[in-house]
Amino acid sequence: MSAFRFTRVAIDGSALRGELLDHHCGGYASFEGWVRNHNEGHEVRHLEYEAFEPLGMKEGERIIAEAIRRFGVTRALCVHRIGDLALGDVAVWVGVSSPHRDEAFKACRFIIDEVKHRVPIWKKEHYVNGDSGWVNCERCAADAHSHDAPAAGASPSPHHHEHG
Amino acid sequence: MSAVLKGLVLSGGRSTRMQQDKAVLHYVGQTQLDRAARLLAEQVEEVFVSVRRDQTGEPVRAKYRQIVDAESVQGPLAGIFAAQAADPDAAWLVVACDLPQLDAKTLATLIAGRDPARLATAYRSSQNQLPEPLCAIYEPASAPALKAFAATGRNCPRKFMINSDTLLLDQPNPQALENVNTPEEFRATSQALGAATRSIRVQYFALLREQAHCSEESVDTAAATPRELFLELKARHAFTLPADMLKVAVNTEFADWSQPLQAGDTVVFIPPVAGG
Repeated sequence: MSAFRFTRVAIDGSALRGELLDHHCGGYASFEGWVRNHNEGHEVRHLEYEAFEPLGMKEGERIIAEAIRRFGVTRALCVHRIGDLALGDVAVWVGVSSPHRDEAFKACRFIIDEVKHRVPIWKKEHYVNGDSGWVNCERCAADAHSHDAPAAGASPSPHHHEHG
Repeated sequence: MSAVLKGLVLSGGRSTRMQQDKAVLHYVGQTQLDRAARLLAEQVEEVFVSVRRDQTGEPVRAKYRQIVDAESVQGPLAGIFAAQAADPDAAWLVVACDLPQLDAKTLATLIAGRDPARLATAYRSSQNQLPEPLCAIYEPASAPALKAFAATGRNCPRKFMINSDTLLLDQPNPQALENVNTPEEFRATSQALGAATRSIRVQYFALLREQAHCSEESVDTAAATPRELFLELKARHAFTLPADMLKVAVNTEFADWSQPLQAGDTVVFIPPVAGG
């Protein structure tokens, strides 16, 4: 099965962990990105993820292969959720097993960082006040046209978003 | 004896109204810059391309012998001054890169009609009878006169020609010097030149999907590259994202914005991503 996957159903971390078990490995590291209830001062109600899946899977596979080559880890896996997500849902899961812990931590960090920057996945935030917006797209597009400060009381402007 | 004639393609313009570099626009399969340089090379031994300092490494320009624009003056005179400084003994056949209908006959007629005893030889515009300074021959003696002109704070080479000893010829092809400054003029000219339209499938995601009001469409277009296609669709759907914030994929692989499109290709414009 592919080492980078999209799923429309809840991510089951313990089942995925089982795919990484290997008697050659003495260490396992994982990361979960969760849907949180706020971003840049705005209250978030739920999220919507969308992906260009055929290219996303190719690019995700390349990231996993790079991580294995670069850090010498034994196995690595990343699953990204798409569709509507509720607060507390796991949006992305990364797991790495390796003979030693240091490489596992590093590869895990590398994979989540690269996935966020390279894989064609988009996130729409729906806010408690009823507004919504595509993260990294809408304010940047507005900035490209005008450098004026947003008017007081303007809709929240989704921008860069880091999981905690 | 007349001065040896060298060729100069002006490619350092800002292309502001076109919203993309005019030198790399394609007409019927070749870039404007390549087309202009090839036409000049049929007429003169040596051809140079004038570039801004920040353009010297660009792939479309890097393959040519370059002359970096003078910084003492704005506009096309920057390229002409730099060429005259690079070889003060040569006469320069100067051609703008945004003349998609320029033809060999127009250049050959200009050269045949050249009078080396005048400061310059140019065409009289078929539209308004004024000199056409961006398909013209500048003799070595024009250099000090141009410098004196620029020293008065002016930088329009047409005004220079009107007020100096320029031989004006009639155009053998009245359309040859029509330039193209906007995406609309580009599309009209592409079609007039017989650029075949072809069917491209475009898929939209996220913000672009919402703004296009569809997740995919089939587009009949003369656009030769993803960049040209994006500008066409940006105008059609009022996309808010500029091209330089996007990436592009052709047939489910990341692609270059200037890669030639083929009939049947599937193109995806990729807005800034936000996984995780």
